[in-house]
Amino acid sequence: MPVITYREAIRQAIDEEMARDERVFLMGEEVARYNGAYKVSQGLLDKYGPRRVIDTPITEAGFTGIGIGAAMAGLRPIVEWMTFNFSLLALDQVINNAAKLRHMSGGQVNIPIVFRGPNGPAEYLSSQHSQALQSLYAHIPGLLVVAPATPYDAKGLLKTAIRNDNPVIFLESELMYSWQGEVPEGEYTIPLGMADVKRQGRDVTLITYSKPLKLVQETAQLLAEMGVEAEIVDLRSIRPLDEVTIYSSVKKTNRCVIVDETWPFASVASHIGWLISRNCFDYLDAPVEIVTSEDVPMPYNHRLELEVQPTVDKILRAVERVMYKQAGTFQRSGQ
Amino acid sequence: MDLQNYDKGFLLKLLEQMLLIRRFEEKAGQMYGLRKIGGFCHLYIGQEAIAVGSIAALDLKKDYVLTGYRDHGHALACGMSPKAAMAELFGKATGCSKGKGGSMHFFDTDHHMYGGNGIVGGQIPVAAGVAFKIKYNAENGVVLCYFGDGAIHQGVFHETLNMARIWNLPIVFICENNQYGMGTDFRRVSSVLDFSVMGGSYEIPAKQVDGMKVLEVYTETAEAVKLAREEGTPSFLEMKTYRYRGHSMSDPAKYRTKEELEEYKRMDPILMYKQDLIAAGLLTEDEYKAMDKRCIAVCDEAVRFAEDSPEPPLEAMYEDILA
Ligand SMILES: Cc1ncc(C[n+]2csc(CCOP(=O)(O)OP(=O)(O)O)c2C)c(N)n1
Ligand SMILES: [Mg+2]
Repeated sequence: MPVITYREAIRQAIDEEMARDERVFLMGEEVARYNGAYKVSQGLLDKYGPRRVIDTPITEAGFTGIGIGAAMAGLRPIVEWMTFNFSLLALDQVINNAAKLRHMSGGQVNIPIVFRGPNGPAEYLSSQHSQALQSLYAHIPGLLVVAPATPYDAKGLLKTAIRNDNPVIFLESELMYSWQGEVPEGEYTIPLGMADVKRQGRDVTLITYSKPLKLVQETAQLLAEMGVEAEIVDLRSIRPLDEVTIYSSVKKTNRCVIVDETWPFASVASHIGWLISRNCFDYLDAPVEIVTSEDVPMPYNHRLELEVQPTVDKILRAVERVMYKQAGTFQRSGQ
Repeated sequence: MDLQNYDKGFLLKLLEQMLLIRRFEEKAGQMYGLRKIGGFCHLYIGQEAIAVGSIAALDLKKDYVLTGYRDHGHALACGMSPKAAMAELFGKATGCSKGKGGSMHFFDTDHHMYGGNGIVGGQIPVAAGVAFKIKYNAENGVVLCYFGDGAIHQGVFHETLNMARIWNLPIVFICENNQYGMGTDFRRVSSVLDFSVMGGSYEIPAKQVDGMKVLEVYTETAEAVKLAREEGTPSFLEMKTYRYRGHSMSDPAKYRTKEELEEYKRMDPILMYKQDLIAAGLLTEDEYKAMDKRCIAVCDEAVRFAEDSPEPPLEAMYEDILA
């Protein structure tokens, strides 16, 4: 199977869907001539021309709203936000229009649109440019929220998102763009709302999605070396949420840690923690733990910024807590 | 521009400030290459005449400056210590924002430099808010608000111009039109090529200024500042300029031609002004060299200071969040 990057997987999905459906177009800052700020749309202007690959001025509220109107009237836009930090300028359009028009019209209109771009911290970018905003979007009824962590999942889910008749928030990450993975050559799609068990285990469930997946896999590897078998549930999609897979894993392991790079308060992690305690109460051997970013804006200093985010050590400490082990029982080698 | 109308010390100070910014930015670029600095680092090289000429028209005891993320030049022109600036780029505790803001978020409230904003256009209404406080308190100050050609299409620019006019806020909006917003030629994304017409929509006096000429920048800004200070009338100045480097450090700038860059380097603001001063008998080549040496020494010293400064402690992440 060919091994490609996450960036290339996203590009392939857009390319294939544009080839398949004339109504699909791509719009955003620097997506056309510059081939994307992170080179995700490389070559698409050459292939599809300026009618379907469109550079916008730096006017997030405006072009996001134009995308929503075009979707309401029958097109299928892909709106790229250069990063999700700048989606905040368009939040009104997303929440008050994209998420509401169908409901307020009594179902007369659909808004088939994908909003996509890199979300969450990269490196050395300080507070305004390092925000993981999924909890904000997940809060809103009327939006779907998808957050794949591998090239395979990214391609299959983006194709589904583009074909979906609802507004989909599609979360990528700058640091994930260079991640590699196997992606089949032929056509495939992945349904929204299906988690993927990335590792089987009996001792503890580690739930995560998006960029922290790698950290969680690294932690599971370390735990395995110490005789603890962790099961990794990669949500892939936050709305709809695959509760069935979550509960069946927790009912098997009886212990759960959720790893989420958002802030902790009113987060995806805290919500899932509540769902589990409500639906798996009798199966839990310990309270659910969450590992999130610290409840602070991101500092520029690199040592601080790494320590603000989830780390392998923080996940190990949380696993110790749900397994009632003394702090420091599970150590990375060399420590 | 008749140089004889100005004080010689003032004229030379403009040159030295531009040169300091140039050398500082070159140093920052070098340090970035050595990975002492990370993330986005937007250099001001080519645009020095704007920050220096316009801020020279202010009295920073009562006036204020706000800008976007290409902020090193404005901060230095306001009088920020090059040490605190370099230390910020290094992410050190001694930086002007304690290593928390980095390149895009220089702040120095002592010198009335109120940031350093990373969101394109984000500083525009905030700057008008500072002007609002000046008016509210019946103070005598003026705000200079800088932003790029990319920012001018954001809704907040238009919303703010309208409010600045209906409330007569003492502010001068300065668009530094360096002709590109990242890889986008401003002509491709603007319905008008002369931005100053946008002032007319809000009955705000506006004009285009040659942003490569430090004295022209100074005199035009001084006039706008006077109007704001004495009559509370906001102004809008579009300053035409050029950035020599890529948008940020990772941009190879393939969207423009070498010839175009070379053409602008021939109108280099420092070079042209230096030649004017020499022609007027106000500066010798040797004096220029000595001035350059001083600026280089200041920047070297800033790097040493930044190198030797401590990292912020981990607990600092919980500080400076709420008052
Ligand atoms: C709201 C917002 N959208 C997008 C960006 C990404 N971005 C950073 S700088 C920039 C270009 C801005 O160009 P311009 O205003 O001309 O300023 P210059 O860089 O030329 O000084 C863009 C698109 C951002 N920081 N904020
Ligand atoms: Mg520009």
